[in-house]
Amino acid sequence: MADRAEVLDEFRIAVDGVHLSRAGRRVFQGLSCGFVRGQITVILGESGAGKSTLLRLIGGLTRPDSGAVRVAGQDVAALGHADLYRMRDRIGMLFQYGALLDSMTVADNVALPLREHSDRSETEIATEVARRLDSVGLPDAGPLYPRELSGGMSRRAALARALVTEPEIVLCDEPFSGLDPLNVRRIERLLVDLNQRLGLTMLVASHHLASSMRMAHRIVFLTEGRAVSGEPDRLADSSERAIVDFLAAERGDEVPAEGSTG
Amino acid sequence: MRRPIERLGLRVLGSVSELGRMGVFVGGVVRAGVLPRYRVRRFIEELYDVGVLSLAIICLSGLTVGAVLALQGYYNLARFGAEGSLGAVVGLVLVRELGPVLTALLVTGRAASAMAAQIATMVTTEQLDGLRMMSVDPLDFVVAPKAKAMVVAMPLLNALFIVFAIFGGYLVGVSYLGLDGGQYWSSLESAIVFGQDIAGSVLKSVVFGTLVAIIATYRGYTAEPTAAGVSAATTGTVVTASVAVLVFDYAITALWGV
Repeated sequence: MADRAEVLDEFRIAVDGVHLSRAGRRVFQGLSCGFVRGQITVILGESGAGKSTLLRLIGGLTRPDSGAVRVAGQDVAALGHADLYRMRDRIGMLFQYGALLDSMTVADNVALPLREHSDRSETEIATEVARRLDSVGLPDAGPLYPRELSGGMSRRAALARALVTEPEIVLCDEPFSGLDPLNVRRIERLLVDLNQRLGLTMLVASHHLASSMRMAHRIVFLTEGRAVSGEPDRLADSSERAIVDFLAAERGDEVPAEGSTG
Repeated sequence: MRRPIERLGLRVLGSVSELGRMGVFVGGVVRAGVLPRYRVRRFIEELYDVGVLSLAIICLSGLTVGAVLALQGYYNLARFGAEGSLGAVVGLVLVRELGPVLTALLVTGRAASAMAAQIATMVTTEQLDGLRMMSVDPLDFVVAPKAKAMVVAMPLLNALFIVFAIFGGYLVGVSYLGLDGGQYWSSLESAIVFGQDIAGSVLKSVVFGTLVAIIATYRGYTAEPTAAGVSAATTGTVVTASVAVLVFDYAITALWGV
């Protein structure tokens, strides 16, 4: 059995026996899983399975009722305000609808983390923002406001903002939801490219199976408050009821009604 | 018998813990507000939203209230042959009472509701979580500049409301009802004591500004992340802030006689 330090090193992020209830509903019941450094892990599961909640736990936006969420060896839930903010400097998060500040232009949104946390001059910041927007395929979007962007553009601008501080870990919450196939492929290519070029650890919560299978090094499937993980090409071999139903639904096969024991 | 007592107990406990949460929130805003990073640009933007965008409604309302006050005052004073004191009555009522209270109610309806809705929308669209993930404290970046702008804008708008109302009273009293202009101004000037009436008016409007700022930002910040949550935050702000202004107005008047 691997020694604890070795496990933490391999699994840059480790979720250990997490219990969480929200509004009287048990979201996680002893959830344990790990996310390997430098890999893209896609978190799959039905709507309401807790995919976004798992990302929020890792980002320290939600605290578990019990259990530990370790990022680089630090228990996120036990960190104080200042330490939590310091830890977040190493994490970038892409929210489901971008979460760009709607009172600011795209350029100001991307520049915000640099203005807040660096001593760079405005000229240097403007250069960096232009470079980041260019890298996500939005070289001319700087002066626009978020309301003037399409869903795909908004997601890419948010990705530029998440990456501007050069984080080691990127959390992506449903980056493909509501997008047309062309934009899905664009975002997918961007994420894969970033992972390959910069070696970022990426956690992508999604229910978009085709993209997940193409981009993931590992899949974590959430079902009934726990996680089943493995390689993407082994997913079809799983005998787990929820995974079998999920794959059947994707193929367009008949699936048991909700609440049915199958 | 047990059930109603249990319900009452739960309600009291709920209110106490809500007050506790509000206290922690206010502490956080105050701490953020006195941090060395003053966010002057954001403060000015918020001051524009709260102050400049309220100018039209404040000026128009002031003018109308002053005109009505002069009409009512004139007919009632005339019954005692004291219409010459119209300036004093209009001035005292406005400076001591109607100015701060009506300004606070108008600002609550126009700016505080918008403030709560804006923060609640930021909660719903995960903009505040986005800030947290960038290690930017929303209390410092979003809430404190808004709260400070409200506290600063309220006395200024109050002063403007009073000026326009006194002018409205002048228009009706002098131009329409034929009172002597010099008498209007001299009775106004001799009735108002700077240290008591003006200072009291400023005190009230600062207290009301602080109250309205706390209620609007707290309601927005703690809103449920749904459309209904935004709506509840907005409505809750208007109702709670309006009642709080009236209750505190009585308390300040009773305690300090201003």
